[in-house]
Parts: sequence; C-alpha cells; structure tokens
Amino acid sequence: MQLDEVIRTLGLAVSCAGSSLGREVKGGYVGDLLSDVMANSKEGDLWITRQVHQNIVAVASLKDLAGIVLIQGSEPAPDTAAKANAEGIPILVTDLPAFEIVGRIYKLIHP
Amino acid sequence: MTLKDVKEILEADVLVGNDQMGKPVKTAFAADLMSDVLAFAKPDSLLLTGLTNPQVVRTADILDITAIIMVRGKKPSEETVKLAEELKIPILSTRYILFETSGRLHARGITGCIEKVGGEM
Amino acid sequence: MGEALNFERSFDVEGGSFQNAGTVSGQIKAILKDLGVSTDIVRRVAIICYESEINIVSYAKRGTITLAVTDEAVKIETKDEGPGIPDIELAMKEGYSTASAAVREMGFGAGMGLANMKKYSDHLIITSELGVGTCVKMMVMNFQKILHPDLPPITL
Repeated sequence: MQLDEVIRTLGLAVSCAGSSLGREVKGGYVGDLLSDVMANSKEGDLWITRQVHQNIVAVASLKDLAGIVLIQGSEPAPDTAAKANAEGIPILVTDLPAFEIVGRIYKLIHP
Repeated sequence: MTLKDVKEILEADVLVGNDQMGKPVKTAFAADLMSDVLAFAKPDSLLLTGLTNPQVVRTADILDITAIIMVRGKKPSEETVKLAEELKIPILSTRYILFETSGRLHARGITGCIEKVGGEM
Repeated sequence: MGEALNFERSFDVEGGSFQNAGTVSGQIKAILKDLGVSTDIVRRVAIICYESEINIVSYAKRGTITLAVTDEAVKIETKDEGPGIPDIELAMKEGYSTASAAVREMGFGAGMGLANMKKYSDHLIITSELGVGTCVKMMVMNFQKILHPDLPPITL
C-alpha cells in the first residue's frame, strides 16, 4: 500500500516532506531506541516512534524507511523538520499512542 | 482475553508468572521509553517493550501493570527475572517484533490503554 | 474518626546505582498503601518518586528522598549532591536531556522526568546550586479531604 493511502485512511497529519508520499509501505517497525531501529528495521518500513530529535531522519534515510510516524501528539524538533524536508523523509503525526496506531496500520497492510 | 490467550497469540514463552495466566487483559501500551510508560500507561494493562532491564519491572510495579511482554525474542537478565518473581509481575517473551506483537494483539481486540494524549491525569 | 495522619521518613539513594533504582519508590508505594492512601494518590506519588530516584541515580553522587504524609497532602522532598541544574526552565522542557548513553539504554533520559514529576504533582518547586546539588519539593494534595474535612483520615 502506498504511503499517501495509509495517511488518508488513518487521518495522519503530514508534518514534513509532503511531496514524498508516493512510497510503498512494505511493513512497520516500532521503536524508540535508535540502535534497535538501525539494527532491525527493514527497507520500506513505516517507523512509529516517540523520538523527535534529528537523528531519526538519519536513521530513516540510512535504512531507506518509507516514513516516520510520531505518536502521542509529538512534533518534530525544528532541526529535525528542516532535515526531513531537505532529505525528503516524510514525517507524519498522530495523537494516538503507539499500540493503537500500530494496530490500525497493521490491519491496513495485513487485511 | 486472558494472559494465556496472549501467550498463544504471540507464541510466547512464560518466563515469570506461570500461575497468573488466568488474569484478564483488555488494554496495552507499547514503548521503549519508560518515562513514556510512566506518563501515559494505565493500571491493569499489558506493557509491550523491547527493553529487558530490571527498570522495566520496576516501572511495571509502580504502575500496577498486569504483565510485561518482551519482544524480539530478547531474554531478560537473571536479575530482571528475580525481581519480577519477587514483585509477582509476569514476563512473557515473544519472538515477534514490537510492530507485529502490537498488530496481532490489536487485531484480537486488545485496545490502546489511552485513546489520545491530552486531558489525561 | 481515627487519629490525624502525620507520617515522615527519609530514604537514602545512592548515585550511579542503577541496579537498585526504584527500590525506594517501591518502599514508599507500600507505605502509602499501608497508610490507606487512595489508589490514585499512591500511583501519582509512586511515579513522582520513581522519576526522582532515576534522576538522583543518573546525575548525582547521592541523595535523599523524604516522604511526609498528612490527611491533606503527601509531600516528597528530594535533595541530592550533584552537578546542579544550570537552566531550570530549559531542564523542565519536555525532550531536553543531558543523560548519558547508559541512562538512555535503560529507557530513561528522554527529557521527560521533570515533566512527569510536574504532571503528577499539584505543586513543584526546584532549587539548584551549580556544583552543590538540586532540591525538588513536590506535593500531591488530597482535595477530597480538604473539601470535606469531616471525612475520616483513611480516605486520604
């Protein structure tokens, strides 16, 4: 499923890199420890996290992730947003906690 | 749903609390940041996490969490297990990643233990 | 009606001792339960104590946590011998942290500790002196008892 369809269906807000939403979401990864996400996420994963500092963009870029979903109403830090826009890494935001948004994403990609 | 159902859905090993598998569960909270858990998780929920250190058990105890689900097949240290036994907090270990673990439980009817952030105590 | 509640005890917390972090909070939680404090207040105080304890363990050489319980409120005062906080306003900001990698790997140090302490207390005052240490005073009020003074103390 394409990222923009996930965004539309789940009502996620697009915070950064709104022009890069055509990517295929192949799976998902949830994690707040960057070393874990670096080691275990897969190309095309949508990454759900609470971390907002700019290193998340580097991780998403290096691992070629489909995008980042910030949970619980978190907003990207200003330097994070600038970097995400520059590198074309979509950052989406939701008020929901991880478990709830993951449940909905999971259902979409494993119908 | 009971912890026994959770164990089956996640094909999990019970590391602590085999005698508590009859406990009912309805809600869950998934996080690696314990301060996040402290800020938002509600009592009587499942705590799903990638961490395995004793502070996870401490956090669960402070919040009256029903059980800890450790993901990615990570095994806690002896010290973590000992503390969980002492505080009577069940620990289940599943090989699924946190995304899959959350997705499977949600699909079977477990809900997030808070709906939205804000206006919460 | 029972006697007015007036309980106080101090606990030592050793800096850098991650193994033991949380033991004092566990003891405080048990004491409050024994005193018959309501579940909601026990929970809030336990969270406050736990974040305080993690702070002392993460940043200071040593510290103390003092618990004082009356019918009207639970007070928690923490004092540490540590580096102090240069900019308290900045430190209170959610997401701001100077925590070490070791602290972060444990699931703390994401800059939410002080914010959580503020969230779960009704009053919070921080004073800090660089190179000396930090003192945090927090209070969780029992508004039910304050509004209804005739309630027996057990309902705190």
